[in-house]
Amino acid sequence: MGYTPELKELIKRVEATRPERVAMARRNEHYPALTMAERHEVLSKFHPDYQEDAKQAVRVGPNKGDVFQETVARLLESRSIIRPEKVNLQRVDHQTDVLVIGGGGAGTSAAIMAADAGCKVIIANKLRHGDSNTIMAEGGIQAATQECDSPYYHFLDTIGGGHFSNQRDLVAALAKDAPLSIAWLESLGMMFNKYDDGRTVVRHCGGSSRKRLQSSGDMTGAEIMRVIRDEARNREDMITVLEFSPAVELLLDTDGKCAGAILFNMETREYSIVKAKAVVMATGGFGRLHVKGFATTNHYGATMDGVVMAYRAGVGNQSLHSTQYHPTGVTYPEQNVGLLITEKVRGLGAHVLNIDGEQFCFPLEPRDVESAELIQEAMAKGKGIMTPTGRVGLWLDSPMIEELHGPGSVRKELPAKFIQFERHGIDISKEPMLVYPTLHYQNGGINVDGDTNTKVPGLFGAGEVIGGVHGENRLMGNSLQDIITFGRRAGQSAGKYIQGGVELKDLSLDHVVKFEKELAEAGIDNPMVAPILLPDYSTDEVSANRWPEAARAA
Amino acid sequence: MCETNSTQPEIKVATGDRAILPEGAKTIPIFVMGKKYEVPETLTIMKAMEFAGFKFLRGAGCRGGICGACPTVYRLAGDYKLHFGLACQTVVEPNMYLAQIPFFPANRASFNIEELNGAAEAIHALYPEVFRCVACNLCTKACPMDVKVMDYISAIKQGQIEKAARISFDCIQCGLCSSRCMGEIPQYHVAQLARRIFARYIQPQAEHLKQRAEEISAGKYDQMLDDLSTMDKDNLEQLYVAREREPDMAEPGTWQPQDTKHL
Repeated sequence: MGYTPELKELIKRVEATRPERVAMARRNEHYPALTMAERHEVLSKFHPDYQEDAKQAVRVGPNKGDVFQETVARLLESRSIIRPEKVNLQRVDHQTDVLVIGGGGAGTSAAIMAADAGCKVIIANKLRHGDSNTIMAEGGIQAATQECDSPYYHFLDTIGGGHFSNQRDLVAALAKDAPLSIAWLESLGMMFNKYDDGRTVVRHCGGSSRKRLQSSGDMTGAEIMRVIRDEARNREDMITVLEFSPAVELLLDTDGKCAGAILFNMETREYSIVKAKAVVMATGGFGRLHVKGFATTNHYGATMDGVVMAYRAGVGNQSLHSTQYHPTGVTYPEQNVGLLITEKVRGLGAHVLNIDGEQFCFPLEPRDVESAELIQEAMAKGKGIMTPTGRVGLWLDSPMIEELHGPGSVRKELPAKFIQFERHGIDISKEPMLVYPTLHYQNGGINVDGDTNTKVPGLFGAGEVIGGVHGENRLMGNSLQDIITFGRRAGQSAGKYIQGGVELKDLSLDHVVKFEKELAEAGIDNPMVAPILLPDYSTDEVSANRWPEAARAA
Repeated sequence: MCETNSTQPEIKVATGDRAILPEGAKTIPIFVMGKKYEVPETLTIMKAMEFAGFKFLRGAGCRGGICGACPTVYRLAGDYKLHFGLACQTVVEPNMYLAQIPFFPANRASFNIEELNGAAEAIHALYPEVFRCVACNLCTKACPMDVKVMDYISAIKQGQIEKAARISFDCIQCGLCSSRCMGEIPQYHVAQLARRIFARYIQPQAEHLKQRAEEISAGKYDQMLDDLSTMDKDNLEQLYVAREREPDMAEPGTWQPQDTKHL
């Protein structure tokens, strides 16, 4: 398919300025980087994390007074899908030891460990078992397995990368368990990249002091997910998998212990009550909120459900104001929208350009600054390039790499990206790429301790839904490790908790009643209804044709 | 709900995953399960259907070509040929007739990985249907990941587990192969078993990893991690800044830092 004739016409402007820019690069001259004051200005005006305009202090609940992105704040201040006073809590549909909410990497690991501890488990999935961000992680998983490395250095790298804002017991747990996670996955039959003698192949990643990134081709997360899902399926006597049945509210007992959840069968639109001695929250992140309209690398169901449900049950969160944006996500072709273009492209010398083929920023500013500059150029200055599907992007001039490093260097240095674009008729060694910042990772999440306990007895948390592991900045390869380390710990902790003897009292939704009373008292008259479960991609035209005023849906 | 207003509302742009039809852009007709819709060109099947007003429950997952939730079969008007692809990765063409196959029933055999070994007999016993393969190659033709499905089934029949594991590595378990199979073989489950047997029993296990796991379980690093967890921030920062970096080109397992007391 390739670029449309209109876009090809615009590429001529890039080609027109290229000889001059290449000559400049050869003289080691760069577009000037911003001063610290200029950085601050562009960040505060254009970076979604810094912009004051679309932020809001949350008015109720454990994080009352904390400031979040408007979308996030509104979800924290949302009301329940169900009317608590009208639910018959006597009619229990499923009884189990452990209910795992979310069947991605963390939830599935938790389910296997809980089953190993002798617990009956139900995994409630919103979509299919395994539909998650885990499956999309390509690069690798950190673990200090090599002789020159140790959990000590993994701890230091992780906390330094997080600007020392991480929760220490979580970092210690991550660093300590990481090699155990790898050994576990190996024993389950996961295909790691290995040398002939069985040694795992390891690489450096941004911010690592040792080569610690183990991988499985360029689909590490997918390989993890399909192996542990397969293992969970081997334990069907202990693990029941419910698909298209997300949890919409947690249940407590009259003592305040977590005691299950209400599930919603999205296909039949029936609700059901699961009574469980322990609950593991493993619902993942919030990329599909498209904070401020950004595209995302996340899967379809990443809508912050777990944070919302836990919040009503009294579990607060940390670092949730912090979101990882990657400056160069794809905006064309449509198949690749939101997917990452590695920083390496700019590291190799490619310029970022506007519609006139002009540079407007130093290409290797810190990620947050670079993102803000792209947003400024496209949105405030109107110098972005419009795609046929109405997306705005800026050029990333990859053909420059050929001129700076010799013919064939794009293909050699960026093989996966080359193939990804070639499949859609674009040769990135000859034509530039269209890019724009993309929403990648929810840095924060619900509060847990190193053993995954929340403040509510019987409620545990693992994976992207928890906060504090990465502080305000996550290193590559630590998210997959977070998933396995804390997933396994959550399953073990839930098992131990149950073995200690759990006596459930009557089920209760009083926490929801109390929370909604708080909403009313704070004057929040028209709260959103959440969890939202799935994003809505209807166009304005379609929405209008549904006659929101004139017709009532059956 | 998802936010869709750009920071500068005067420029109308597509945000999130929602497509818009910019002024002057062309639409093309597609037929979703036989029913005609006009959609912008260059959209994927998934986004074109959402543009038309569909909201996916089944048939959408990662939206990035790796989860196998959106296998789709289509024909073009006037052509007998069937095409297969992922809805999130395939661009709409004019007069495309399409239907999604978000689920296809396939037999999966349970096993205990601890009780297996590196021999192919276990696979043959769990999945005797692999011998029903008639080498028609429809599985390979249907694969949206270009996996040579028939070749790995053939390798499994011949007991070549490593070959099957490597050929099948890119499988996303969408099930299109099984939907086309005359022998009613659940290819992707068979491949999963082959890969797990290969990684567990044929590929050598990592010795350095085993040793590190033993050290951790013996508590070797507990005190070090406790110290780091309770240290004040200034000292922690100093340690962070003073880290030695393993050279990029160091041979695996050979380089040693100056300071070895934390290894």
